[in-house]
Amino acid sequence: MAETETVAADHQRNPTGFQVFVVRLRRNLRTTTPYFAVLGIVLWLVVWWLLCEVLKAPRFEKMPGPVMVLKELLSPEPFLGISIFTEEFYQHVYVSCRRIFFAFCIATGLGVPLGLLMGWSKRFREYTFPILETLRPIPILAWVPLAILMFRGFEGPVIFLATLASLYVTTLNTLLGVDSIDESYFRAAGCLGSKPHHVFLHVVIPGALPFIFTGLQISVGVAWFSLVAAEMVSGDYGLGYLIIDAYMNNVTIPMVIGMVTLGFVGWGTSVIVRVVGSRMMQWRTRALALENR
Amino acid sequence: MDQNPEPENPQSADHAAGRGHIEFKNVSKGYGEEWDWQDVVLDLSMDVEPGKLTAVVGPSGCGKSTLVNLVAGFEMPEKGAILLNGNRITGPSHDRIVVFQETALMPWQTTYENIIFGPKIRGDMDKQELHEEAIRLLDKVGLRDFRDKYPLQLSGGMQRRAELARAIVNDPEVLIMDEPFRGLDAMTRELMQEFFLRLFEEHRRTNLFVTSEIEEAIMLADKLIILSNRPTRVRQIIDIELPRPRDFHMLATEEAYRYKSTALEILHEEAMKTFKTERNTQSDFVEAFSRRNQN
Repeated sequence: MAETETVAADHQRNPTGFQVFVVRLRRNLRTTTPYFAVLGIVLWLVVWWLLCEVLKAPRFEKMPGPVMVLKELLSPEPFLGISIFTEEFYQHVYVSCRRIFFAFCIATGLGVPLGLLMGWSKRFREYTFPILETLRPIPILAWVPLAILMFRGFEGPVIFLATLASLYVTTLNTLLGVDSIDESYFRAAGCLGSKPHHVFLHVVIPGALPFIFTGLQISVGVAWFSLVAAEMVSGDYGLGYLIIDAYMNNVTIPMVIGMVTLGFVGWGTSVIVRVVGSRMMQWRTRALALENR
Repeated sequence: MDQNPEPENPQSADHAAGRGHIEFKNVSKGYGEEWDWQDVVLDLSMDVEPGKLTAVVGPSGCGKSTLVNLVAGFEMPEKGAILLNGNRITGPSHDRIVVFQETALMPWQTTYENIIFGPKIRGDMDKQELHEEAIRLLDKVGLRDFRDKYPLQLSGGMQRRAELARAIVNDPEVLIMDEPFRGLDAMTRELMQEFFLRLFEEHRRTNLFVTSEIEEAIMLADKLIILSNRPTRVRQIIDIELPRPRDFHMLATEEAYRYKSTALEILHEEAMKTFKTERNTQSDFVEAFSRRNQN
């Protein structure tokens, strides 16, 4: 009760998104959370460093250590041709991001409506669910030859392959999201005189949103890791290509650079999805904030 | 915070009063497959009279919620019919609005959006008029400062009041309350009951009030219907003749006490039947599970 009343005080003006962000950031910096996150990463680097470069532990001695990788990554004239000072590096990041963007948009654009319809209409689900369940276990790699046959050029097959896995995740999560909606909201909507399209618009979609965004966070991650499989097809650019190419040429440092970069960029994309999600679900964000979560 | 709606000349003939009349005519409803069929409601006939508050109590596990679903039109009876003003009920409609157990405010809509939801989607009310009515109701239920809050930001009592407002704005002929104050703490519950009493006495809107609290029923009702153990029938009808306007002190009167002991005796008798045979208890569990799986 006390908590809701303090909220009441500022009801006249809800702060804007940016103000909330600044307040949250300040509050966050006063807690231990960000420092532990940094500490965690540092610890992890130290263990890596100890294993590979100091102790040269068995089976680790041939692996590139963090110092080697960082040196190469930060060198203006990289020995193996890839660092943050080379144009190529950004080309790889850009090309991959562009592909992920298209793949993610297509997967979301198809997956969300598909999942909503499947959750909402029993008949539609009867038709489509078996297909989804049959396609889902097929590994992305198995699609590679077919993708090349189906699409021309480099981009088509890569985007198709990166889309596939995300599409399944998004569809399934959206479907579960609709299933998760409490029956009483449908009943309340019916009671208040809703036509089916009102129910779809005001109950099914908003009710499934929390699950949809959980799905999208997974889906963007899944898109990244199918990208490596997808970029095996394409012979020009992309972080996945960088990794595969380094592997083929037996140079490990660019490979690790590719892996680390992919990790961080991937993290960034899922942060974006999370931020968009919490902006679209104010009702949930604010309720969670009340519980200090 | 103001817990009571200000009475606005309660004597004025309000068009909501006494409109809806619900009749149950030999209604039967059951659940299950052929081999484990369970009659939940069997050949039940009763009246929810216009302008009266009819409270329905029964032993736990009797078909109280089923009755609500039937009147609301969420489910259809297998036999018999339920009539509203002589017309058979065939589905949910805004002339019978349910106030749900716990709460069914849409969590993704603000208090204000929730309240205007019904008239807005039906488009049967002038926009400005609807806005004014919503603001008036928000004032009345003491939630004016909370109009832009989401339900999850409100306390339990506030949520119930918001849901009452969402129902009333549609001006339904019958208000169906399905254990509306369940889950509230004792203090809030008492306040809500009193608040609801004022609200009812002001408009005298036909009300079907399902509850498992006998005192709540006696305090609010004009007519108390006690249901039998499953399969549910009407076991006893008691006219509660406590004067209106009512308040909590009336529960301490001799009269109220008499009602209470009569009702409790019957309820106790019915509840005991549940425990009579082990077989019954078993089938109760089976039924409970199959109900749960349906939802």
